[in-house]
Amino acid sequence: MYSFDYERPSGVNEAASAIGEDDKFLAGGQTLIPTLKLRLAQPGKLVDLSGISELKGISVNGSELSVGAMTRHVDVADSADVKSAIPALAQLASHIGDAQVRNRGTIGGSISNNDPAADYPAALVGLGATVHTNKRSISAEDFFVDLFETALEDGELVTKVTFPIPEKAGYAKFPNPASRFALTGVFVAKTASGVRVAVTGAGPCVFRQTDMEAALSSNFSPDAVSGIKTEASGLNADIHASADYRANLITVMAARAVKAAS
Amino acid sequence: MTTVSMTVNGKKVSADVAPNTLLVQFIRDNLRLTGTHVGCDTSQCGACTVHVNGDSVKSCTMLAAQAEGADVTTIEGLAKNGELHPMQAAFKENHGLQCGFCTPGMIMSAVDLVKRNPNPSEETIRTELEGNICRCTGYHNIVKSVKAAAENMGG
Repeated sequence: MYSFDYERPSGVNEAASAIGEDDKFLAGGQTLIPTLKLRLAQPGKLVDLSGISELKGISVNGSELSVGAMTRHVDVADSADVKSAIPALAQLASHIGDAQVRNRGTIGGSISNNDPAADYPAALVGLGATVHTNKRSISAEDFFVDLFETALEDGELVTKVTFPIPEKAGYAKFPNPASRFALTGVFVAKTASGVRVAVTGAGPCVFRQTDMEAALSSNFSPDAVSGIKTEASGLNADIHASADYRANLITVMAARAVKAAS
Repeated sequence: MTTVSMTVNGKKVSADVAPNTLLVQFIRDNLRLTGTHVGCDTSQCGACTVHVNGDSVKSCTMLAAQAEGADVTTIEGLAKNGELHPMQAAFKENHGLQCGFCTPGMIMSAVDLVKRNPNPSEETIRTELEGNICRCTGYHNIVKSVKAAAENMGG
């Protein structure tokens, strides 16, 4: 690792004023620290968010589930509130990475990184969540911009994510056998404002599959999506899977997600 | 330099370290506790697994500074009064190791696994140990060891 300075503030405002142009916020560090070890990044300073208690925790307020940015995957997976409000979200969190990663990694860190194969982006877009920062609120669809790119500005910090509680939701992913990242993952939700289908891992950034949404709106069953194909052009292709293979996985995972929805 | 203080295996320790010091470097180089291994150095193999406040974490993927004030347990902290921890004893009895390099991390993960799942099925054990790689055993006897230890630990 290159050398850097380190700071652990105890409040959001303090963290925001500590961050400079060449600095990085440190959440759970499960991507950032491996990146630093490979010398792929050279921040001047890391501003560790783990000392900010207001960024942690899960609560249900009426029809909305709120998850603090520094809430770990294991806490979402084990939360009685999440399991009862949005079981699919708890199930998704319980399959991120491995046990050690889930014991450190956070929702705020994961979405701010916007890895194209991460699980959480599918849940946020699939559920129509809102990302709250120290400056504003951003709809999930506007938040995830492109490959490893979000709407966050320099020095802007995710504070929490709020999820409208759906009627039912399901998530299915085909994990990369080595990394457990989603080769393709599909999150399906039946919400008050209609059916939403979000796909991660298949393209450079999470996206909605609107043909499937239309089909599921009139018939929320696996059969409704099993015949719907996704255009392979523009999808990811690498040593793990071709674009055609990923396109096919979208159909298969969508059907499984609908079947699993509860 | 930054000063870090934590409790490791029940003992309070403190040192001035560079901010980019990993927890595993602090444990191995400063404390000379070399039971915690570095296998891949890319956050995949789990040989460096220790407990931080009771949770299994990869100590190669955490800064020493992030463990400020934490309660850390390494493989050296498991045996009590010269008696192996039931998980260590089960690995020994069930041939859960061959070369032994992954074993400290495997055991630390397995102890956390049994804490979270007192009576784990074979499938749960295999899934929960996804963060630990073994290149000798084929995992079969590791799974057997964890199952036996869970029974001995009163699951």
